[in-house]
Amino acid sequence: MEARDIAASGAAGITRRLEAPSPRYGEKLIYVALFACAILSVLTTTAIVIALIGPTVGFFGDVPVADFLFGTDWAPAFEPASFGVLPLVVGTLSVTLWGMLFAIPLGLGAAIYLSEYANPRVRKVIKPILEILAGIPTVAIGFFAVTFITPEILQTIFPSAGIFLALAGGLGIGLMVIPIIASISEDAMRAVPGGLREGAYAMGATKMRVATRVVFPAALSGIVASIVLAISRAVGETMIVVLAAGSTPNLTFNPIESIQAMTAYIAVTATGEIAQGTIKYDTIFAVGSLLFVMTLILNIISIRFVRRFREVYE
Amino acid sequence: MNDDPPRTERTRLAVAGARATTEAVISGQPRKDVIKNTVFAALLLVAILIALAGLAALLIQAFVKGRPELSLDLFTESGSSDPTIAGFRQAILGSLMLIGGVIVLVVPLGVGAAIYLEEYGSREKWWNRLIELNIQNLAAVPSIIYGILGLGFIVRGPLDLGFTVFAGSITLALLVLPIVIIAAREAIRAVPPSIREGALALGATKWQTIRRQVLPASISGIATGVILAVSRAFGETAPLLLVGAATFVTFDPQFFSGDYTALPVQIFQYATRPQDEFRILSAAGIIVLLVILLAMNSFAIWLRNRYEQKW
Repeated sequence: MEARDIAASGAAGITRRLEAPSPRYGEKLIYVALFACAILSVLTTTAIVIALIGPTVGFFGDVPVADFLFGTDWAPAFEPASFGVLPLVVGTLSVTLWGMLFAIPLGLGAAIYLSEYANPRVRKVIKPILEILAGIPTVAIGFFAVTFITPEILQTIFPSAGIFLALAGGLGIGLMVIPIIASISEDAMRAVPGGLREGAYAMGATKMRVATRVVFPAALSGIVASIVLAISRAVGETMIVVLAAGSTPNLTFNPIESIQAMTAYIAVTATGEIAQGTIKYDTIFAVGSLLFVMTLILNIISIRFVRRFREVYE
Repeated sequence: MNDDPPRTERTRLAVAGARATTEAVISGQPRKDVIKNTVFAALLLVAILIALAGLAALLIQAFVKGRPELSLDLFTESGSSDPTIAGFRQAILGSLMLIGGVIVLVVPLGVGAAIYLEEYGSREKWWNRLIELNIQNLAAVPSIIYGILGLGFIVRGPLDLGFTVFAGSITLALLVLPIVIIAAREAIRAVPPSIREGALALGATKWQTIRRQVLPASISGIATGVILAVSRAFGETAPLLLVGAATFVTFDPQFFSGDYTALPVQIFQYATRPQDEFRILSAAGIIVLLVILLAMNSFAIWLRNRYEQKW
């Protein structure tokens, strides 16, 4: 009798209380606040674009777009001034190229070693060390490049080399991105299902074949993503190139010459006293716009590849 | 026992033959393969050793070079053009103020955005996918572009805060916000749905479920992300060059007004001077910076590995 009463009232309670007893304005307020936090990121991007576009448009009012993009002489401070951005772009690409030639083999080698060869105890120590080293500030790497890599290593190999070298910037950038390439590529290789390896071993493949012909191709999209991300970081890196690679715009891929990267131009120019509204002030934003577009393209490629590797194995 | 085949001479021979064939196939690798495999493994080991040696050389070089200047005076002496009395007092204070501002801004905004994307925003809606893609992209925008944002939008332009610590804090906070959001999302996603369903079934509202169940369960992952982000902000130099932390400062900075500088910026400025005394000073500053940052990163990664929950 009693039990039936309780059950009945319980059932009645359920039918009555399907709706919340109050309108729950607090919950809605929280939803709006959280949404505002999320939408802030879109506003940030919008603000970046706005901050870049205004002065860039002003700049292109004075300098034709073609002169900027295809001009081979960058001399904004001279009379007559010249605004061909190619020397800066080539400087950035040169440093990135040398950095990648150094970092990709080492980073991938480290990743394959950690994922396929290292015993679990070694991996457990080295992986966190790499992650911690990924947090070394770039100003420290730049300092190392200009006070150690250049005088102790590069000037020994190339006696004619000066104080600022594209190669020193490249090697510094390589040191910066090795942990990125190694860490992300290792994640991608470890995500390859063990069954693929076992299948290859069962067919008589050696360890090296399993690593290079089975695991590496299976993890390729993640590996490519890590490399594209590393290139994007290298293109956007400022402190290493400004300290080690110099401030002389130079249209050359020669690794033992001083160059100026796009980021280095922005940093050096912005540090000096410049008046708002002058064409020199606007050059910062024009070069910045070009840099933003370049890294945006690289980032989109990288995001695409990451998505593919997630879709396959997760 | 009884299932064993009778051990006649014929079966014994057959078994031996089969074993020999199998062994030849499995273990009898051609000599060339053995050499190739060994060389490959050695190359991999060399690769990781060079990478670690390069990074170790960086740490050692900073310590060797900076040791003569390494003393408590670094923390008490001001920035100066005379290397014998120059220190990092204002720079360290400036960095601490910048970081204080970054933490206050980044924790609520980053965690809020992560909660929205994981708990509220449905991926069916195009604007949520846009936000997600946008955050992924922002995470890889070069830091100097954030400096341009700070210069054109925060220092001048719409916000017009001037070259103050506050403007620097906002710039750095926007820079590291994607890191916090991505890390917090991963931590929240790792909490199994059964926890939420249990709370909701007991009559908790959505927000009560998040605040009392989801957030406590994911706090270590969120903390890891916040620490890594703050350490990134602490070591960041390039954007600060554009938002004003470039001037020599001989008095203690204030948050909302006046000139300031930051530790990495001061290190950079000393490093660009030709005299070797300034380079030594710069190396000493790098030691301070590295000790702070590597300690923070180690703690963050230890925290993640220690409290990584397997549900």
